[in-house]
Amino acid sequence: MTEWIETFKIKFTNNFITDNRWKYLWDGLGVTLKVTFFAVLIGILLGFTIAIIRSTHDKTGKLKILDFFCRVYLTVIRGTPVVVQLLIIYFVIFASVNIDKVLVAIIAFGINSGAYVAEIVRSGIMSIDQGQMEAGRSLGFNYVQTMYYIILPQAFKNVLPALANEFIVLLKETSVSGFIALQDLTKGGDIIRGRTYDALMPLLAVALIYLVIVVLLSKGVEMMERRLRSSEH
Amino acid sequence: MNTKVLIKVKGLQKSFGTLHALNGIDAEIKTGDVTVVIGPSGSGKSTFLRCLNLLEVPTGGRIFFEGTDITDPKVDINQHRQRMGMVFQQFNLFPHMTVLNNMILAPVRLLKKRREEAVETAMELLNRVGLADRKDAYPSQLSGGQKQRIAIVRALCMQPNVMLFDEPTSALDPEMVGEVLDVMRNLAQSGMTMVVVTHEMGFAKEVGSRVIFMDEGKIVEENTPTELFGNPASERLKNFLAKVL
Ligand SMILES: Nc1ncnc2c1ncn2[C@@H]1O[C@H](COP(=O)(O)OP(=O)(O)OP(=O)(O)O)[C@@H](O)[C@H]1O
Ligand SMILES: [Mg+2]
Repeated sequence: MTEWIETFKIKFTNNFITDNRWKYLWDGLGVTLKVTFFAVLIGILLGFTIAIIRSTHDKTGKLKILDFFCRVYLTVIRGTPVVVQLLIIYFVIFASVNIDKVLVAIIAFGINSGAYVAEIVRSGIMSIDQGQMEAGRSLGFNYVQTMYYIILPQAFKNVLPALANEFIVLLKETSVSGFIALQDLTKGGDIIRGRTYDALMPLLAVALIYLVIVVLLSKGVEMMERRLRSSEH
Repeated sequence: MNTKVLIKVKGLQKSFGTLHALNGIDAEIKTGDVTVVIGPSGSGKSTFLRCLNLLEVPTGGRIFFEGTDITDPKVDINQHRQRMGMVFQQFNLFPHMTVLNNMILAPVRLLKKRREEAVETAMELLNRVGLADRKDAYPSQLSGGQKQRIAIVRALCMQPNVMLFDEPTSALDPEMVGEVLDVMRNLAQSGMTMVVVTHEMGFAKEVGSRVIFMDEGKIVEENTPTELFGNPASERLKNFLAKVL
């Protein structure tokens, strides 16, 4: 038993303490959170814009051309793996420019999550009773104002849990950032593995950190769902 | 009695694909009148009413509101809708807002009223319909009758020149119909111009200044309630009245 503890201590020291190797995980976590956070922002912006265009088209038949481009975007993004998208954006689109990899990852994951957010929000908008739009319009609000004051707040509330889950998924998906040699959390663990030739401990640590964040976020979503339900107006 | 024409409808048509819901409607709504629209299901009553504020876009004919042809595509319909209140069968209150916020949203955002001023108007109206104590409630916490009374005063907050009602009591439990009709009766007495689609023949007789009987997308008869109910001219109206009275 004591022998086992001794081995653990040595391995732990070797993997995390020596040469300040824990910093790979710490800095990597910072990158992961940064990429996720800003990708979420882009995803929301893009997703809402597309959802509004698509649902406006569905309901009124207007915005045909924009709707067409949105559908192409959705098909391409949801029909190809996110790693491939990341690689194309880094090695093809930004090939000739010297650009921060963090920024590339933010753009790639933002564009990717926008597609999923768009469909979530669109389903939220379409689930709002047509009478709400009519009530808004009958008061004299134009289409955009009715969307803004009446439809979107309700749609957003309905899809908030689904959106939150989407972002938990996104957090995990950023773990492929290593493909463009971005040192995120996963890559950080992998670098330690390369230095110490010990796979178990650094990768387990990485998994544990993701797990803790995801469990905490999921708990947050659960609480939010419960609060939304209890304030069901 | 003021006899100014507030809404003038000329040759109004509305088709949904191949279905002709309205086949040439001519009508005049005079200021201060309560015009009640009756007729069998599917006769086009709702479509007619919803054309008046262009919630349904007519496929033919013209509608003049306060002298302006609002079917003209160049007209900003949103401006005109601000002066036409509408009350729906399904209330359509905004569920994410309190009663008070339901009421002041449009005055504050569209008429650019100060919040305090809008609240004051709203509270006066709430007092009139006996719901001042529900100002902070959410729609889901109200009974059907209360919802519809709120929907009426929400429209009134815009100080419209005409109120359009599409079967305002049809979705209510019988015991709540009275409280909504009371509000509408008071509104009529206060001089509001109203167009009311309803199956409440008692209300039509008592409150209506004109009654329009529609069938198959046309106005079959139009008269004072006394004449229309007492002396129906057409077979169709006689049949209809025999069924509903
Ligand atoms: N949005 C729509 N799309 C297709 N058809 C419609 C639409 N709205 C109404 N109609 C049709 O137009 C006709 C007139 O409908 P409308 O709702 O005006 O009748 P109504 O007199 O109000 O009937 P009710 O008493 O049942 O409310 C009906 O045949 C109806 O099916
Ligand atoms: Mg109807």
